[in-house]
Order: sequence, then C-alpha cells, then structure tokens
Amino acid sequence: MKEIELQSQPDLLHDGEVPSDVRTEELVLNMGPQHPSTHGVLRVILQTDGELVLKATPYIGYLHRSAEKIAEKVTYRQFTPYTDRLDYLAAMNNNLGFALAVEKLGGIEVPPRADYLRVIFAELNRIASHLMATGSYGLDMGAFTPLIYCFREREWIMDLFEAACGARLTYSYITIGGVREDLPEGWIQKCREFLDYFEPKIAEYNNLLSYNHIFINRTGNVGICPAELAVAYGLTGPCLRGSGLAWDLRKATPYCRYNEFEFDISVGRGQNGTLGDCWDRYFVRILEMVQSVRIVRQALDKLTDGPVQAKVPRIVKLPAGEVYYEVENPRGQLGFHLVSDGGTSPYRLKIRGPSFCNLSVLPVLAPNCLLADISALLGSIDIVMGEVDR
Amino acid sequence: MALIEGVFEPGLIVTSLDWVLNWSRKRSIFPMTFGIACCAIEMIATGASRFDIDRFGSGAFRATPRQADLMIVAGTVTFKMAERLRRLWEQMAEPRFVIAMGACAISGGPYHLHAYHVVKGVDQVVPVDVYIPGCPPRPEALLEGLMRLQDKISTRTIAKQKQ
Amino acid sequence: MTPSEIIEVLREHDAEAVVSAVADGPYPHVVLKAEEIVTAAGFLKSEPRLRFDLLRCISAIDWPAKNSIELAYDLISTSLAHAFAIKVVLDRANPQVESVGGIWPAAQWHEREAFDLMGVTFLYHPDLRRILMPEDWTGHPLRKDYQDVVEYKGLKFNP
Repeated sequence: MKEIELQSQPDLLHDGEVPSDVRTEELVLNMGPQHPSTHGVLRVILQTDGELVLKATPYIGYLHRSAEKIAEKVTYRQFTPYTDRLDYLAAMNNNLGFALAVEKLGGIEVPPRADYLRVIFAELNRIASHLMATGSYGLDMGAFTPLIYCFREREWIMDLFEAACGARLTYSYITIGGVREDLPEGWIQKCREFLDYFEPKIAEYNNLLSYNHIFINRTGNVGICPAELAVAYGLTGPCLRGSGLAWDLRKATPYCRYNEFEFDISVGRGQNGTLGDCWDRYFVRILEMVQSVRIVRQALDKLTDGPVQAKVPRIVKLPAGEVYYEVENPRGQLGFHLVSDGGTSPYRLKIRGPSFCNLSVLPVLAPNCLLADISALLGSIDIVMGEVDR
Repeated sequence: MALIEGVFEPGLIVTSLDWVLNWSRKRSIFPMTFGIACCAIEMIATGASRFDIDRFGSGAFRATPRQADLMIVAGTVTFKMAERLRRLWEQMAEPRFVIAMGACAISGGPYHLHAYHVVKGVDQVVPVDVYIPGCPPRPEALLEGLMRLQDKISTRTIAKQKQ
Repeated sequence: MTPSEIIEVLREHDAEAVVSAVADGPYPHVVLKAEEIVTAAGFLKSEPRLRFDLLRCISAIDWPAKNSIELAYDLISTSLAHAFAIKVVLDRANPQVESVGGIWPAAQWHEREAFDLMGVTFLYHPDLRRILMPEDWTGHPLRKDYQDVVEYKGLKFNP
C-alpha cells in the first residue's frame, strides 16, 4: 500500500503569516436581540477578523421594563410580584432579597419557622436555576440531551413549588414578614424523596457533560478571568468563585440563619484548563447544587413549629431612611437600595442585578476568542436579561 | 348518492384540497425561538420531555424567521424591541402566525400601568392570531393555544374570498 | 472594622472631604464633597485597613425637594468582609461628578445607567451614552418630574 503523505494546512490563525496579495477585511457581525444562545434579548456587535473576535460590544435594554419606576408607584407588598420577574429563574431568591431589605429598614422580626422555610425554598430554587444554566449551556455547545435531563429534574422542583404556593415560575411566596402560607401535608416527605432521587443525578450530568471531551475542549482555557479582574469588574457569584476566590455572602455576611448550616463554598480549581476559564465557572454551579442539597436536608431537619408570618400590617409603612441589602442569588449578589420617606411605597428602589455587573466583563474577555467561543463565554457568565435590564 | 357510495376499496382517502393543505400545515407548525422574558422559560418547558410540544409536530424550533411558521411572542415587548420584532415578523414567509403568550404580550401585563418603556400589547406591532393568558401561562395553556391555532388554520381556504 | 472605625480612618486621611457621617442605623455612610470622590475612592481601595475592592452598586436618588441628586456608592471588601457606603450630593440643575471607573472598572456600566436614567454627567468617562433606553430617547425616566412620551416611532404609549 502506498503511504499517502498528508500536506499540513498552514495555520493562518496562529502564524499570522497571511500572503501579501490576499486582501483581508474585518467583519462586523450582529448577534442580534433574537438569537438562540444569547440567553434572552441581548445584542452583541462583534468585530471579527475571520474567526478571531477583535472586539465585542454588548447592547442591552431590550427588556427594560422600568421596575424601579414602578416601585415608586406601588406599595411594598404590591412590589413583591415584580421582584419575581427580575431574575425569573430564581424568583424565590429575589423575593427573599426584597423582603429582607424591607424587614431591615422596618425592624421586622421573622419567626424561626419562616426563616427555615425561606432557606429551603431559596436553596431549591438555586438548584432549579443551576439546572437551567447547565442544561442551556449544554444546548449552546450543541448537546441537546443535558437540557432534557435537567428539565426533567426541574419539573420535580416545580411540582414541589406548585404544591406549596400554586405557581410554577413566579411565586411571590416569600413576602414581607415571612412566607405566604405553611406547607401542605406530605410536602416534607416529597421533598426528601426528591433530594434522594436528585443526588445521584449529579454524577449523571458529570458523565454526560462535565467530563465530556468535546465540552472540555470547547470550554477549557476559554475566557480566562483572573480573580483581580473579576473583583475589579464587580463580578459575583459563580463567576467570581470560578476564578478561585472563595467569596460567598452566605458565609461572609450571613442572613436568614445561614450561619446555622454546614456547607462548603464551591470554588474553581482550574482542573480542566486554566483557573478562571468557562469550565471552572460552569463546574462551580454543579458543585453548588451538591451543597444546596446538603443545606436543604439540614433545614428540613431543623424545621421548628410555629407561625410562618410575623404580625405585619396589610399596608406596610416603613420609617424614613435607607438601606442597602444584598443576598446571594444563583447568579451573584442581588442588591436592593431602598430609600423610604415614611410613605407606603418606596421613594427610590435601586436594584443591583448580578447579571448586569457580570455582563460588563464581556468586552474584556471576548477579544482573541474564536467566534464559537462567544457562545461558550456568554453561557458561562450565565445572564438572565430580566435582571440585566430590570 | 347511492351510486357512488361504497364503490372504492377501503383505505382510499377522499378529501378536498383545502382539507389536505390545512391538515399538513397545522400538524407541522415550526415555531421561531423568540423568547423574550419569563414566558420563554415556560415555552422551553413545553419543548422539554414532560409537556413535549413535538407530539403536535411543532418541536422543530427554528432560529431563523425565514424557516419558521409561527412566532410565539413570549415576554414583554419594549419600545426598543418592537422595531426588531416587526422586522423579524416581516422576514417570516407566509402563511405565518403569531401567538401572544402571556399577559405582557397581550396587553402589557403587570407593566401596563406605570412602565415607561413597555408596549401595551404586541398586537400594536404585529397582527396576532391567538392570545394565551397567564403570567406565565402553564405549558398546558400554551399547548391549548397551539391547538386553537390549529383550529384556526383548518378554517383557511385557498379559494378567493368574497369581499 | 465597624462603621465608626471606618469613618475615623477616613477623617484621619482627609477630614475636609467628609461633609457628614452616619455610623449607626441600617445604612452607615459618609457624605463626601463631590470634587474629592476620586481621591477618596483611591484611598478606600488601597488603604490596608479598608481595602474596599468590590464596588457593588452606584445608586442615583432624585430629591427635587432638596434640589439635589444624591449618588450612593456601595462598597464591600472581599478580603476583610466589611461593607460601607459613600455618598455625594450634586446640584440638580447640572449634576456632574468625576467618574471612578479608573479605580473600580465596575463603575463604568453603573455610571452609564445613572446617566441614562437620571441625567448625571460623569466626567472623563470613556463611553458615556445611554445603556438601557434607546439611543434617541429624550428625557431621563427616573427623575420625579419625568413626563411619559405620547408616541415613539409610531407606537402609541397609551392605545
């Protein structure tokens, strides 16, 4: 058999030696508001030199629903459903942040049973949110199966939420003074069944997606964000922890009895690439799901009897003053800067959306990526346009 | 009538051109991925395994409007987005349909009173065929809306309409 | 460090820049002179006892009754785990202040939002343009005296 010698192709990308008679042009591409992998209505204008991205400029505001102006016009209790729709994948956590901000300014004390219920629902919602992030990240990379598997688990969690508060996506369950109503009969048993069912599934996702060679090749060593850069750009949540910094508000400034629970802070370690790359940010979410299961189990054991709501008047009136309260959402730190002038609605409510700050690092990480890496980058930052645009 | 009944063998389908065209159109409506906000998550859940929109023939979500039949406007339309929505709708080939999913797409939803940047209903921008109420509507509601759209398609005819 | 200790350190460094300080209550903060914001920000970030490296949020608050617009910068230290806030008070007719984007790059997008929705001008900002509203929108929506538009590009505001 004759041995055929393969001629190696010139590596134009890395050699940079383009023959002088070849005319090249930069392309300006529009990754428009409607795009399957921009996780919502985000527009990115890419200046590319062939496959190499030179500059990426995000344009936001396509979902700006003026939540902050609405807050000045409606009462405190009426604003809780609007907080659901900020980061609609983690609605319980948003409700929690707003309720805690109002309670801090108003000096409202929440009964212990409500605190533990809040932790249970917030952590279950964290699992649901990370499942969505994992599934859609796989979809962006071209893997359809993880999405279906993750949604199968999400449906379980949504069933639990629906049994407790009647809604599948936007709950308004955690309200000012506690939670809206107590658990139905048999809910705790169903929740424990779910946790027992879910724990081995994480090994399934690791086998399917996390340690998949194609996935590692597409996300390892892509979009490397060192810890100092992450802090400088205000990144929080898995984006910051993926760069190696062990900063979690639930441990640093605990709220809602989180100091009573034992759990670890999941950090990226750079095991499949460089520390701070897309794979690290993605894997932190997988590890956080394991920790959330731990927290929910402990909270179910610690659940005490008692009322689930403090005695708060129907029309909540807060004293004049202001407060800035942050909670650890699945996507980062959600902050509410609440200014009150003594009336029944806020005077000014500024919402610090974690995805808004996380997205600001895209123009810094995108240059020198390949075009296909932009999807990997956006998926690993994991934005939800509801809280970018508010 | 007795002369032509029972003449042909069993298994032969006798139908009208309208019926066949409508049947093939309504059983394979390809939606466009146009999730804007929270309703998009319920739309994705409808495409997932529990509710499975694919059994209605609509599982092939097309990213490009040029290959899609149906635009499910799932979420709040803002003034900034309205122009792009119109442009995407114009890029769809006829016959094209629009489902307004969720309260925000029907009339502005919870944002209709005090928001300064929200279009009060997507029917100001594009003509809508089916409205699905809910905030967000359950996946079953979206499937029922799809079935109502299928009913609407079965009333179409290729003959000229009397004005 | 407690809020009163942080205020002490700030006063030690530059007592004239501090207009007023609140150490107790739900929101401990200092109000600084608007001209001193960049030097104070640099000090807050680099001083080893403070090390405020994470700028969490810049909020703009409109006070037409006091004829001023307040900017609140919320800070936290990821190494020392203490949080604090600094404020500047700007004249409502012409609110301008220098950008702190050189010290905390996270400020760039927050300042663009404050410009877009409240009309505050940030000097020496590399790219000060609207971020949430369309480029050709007039008015600053979060001001208390903002009037809704009647029509935008053929779409009626109230059909």
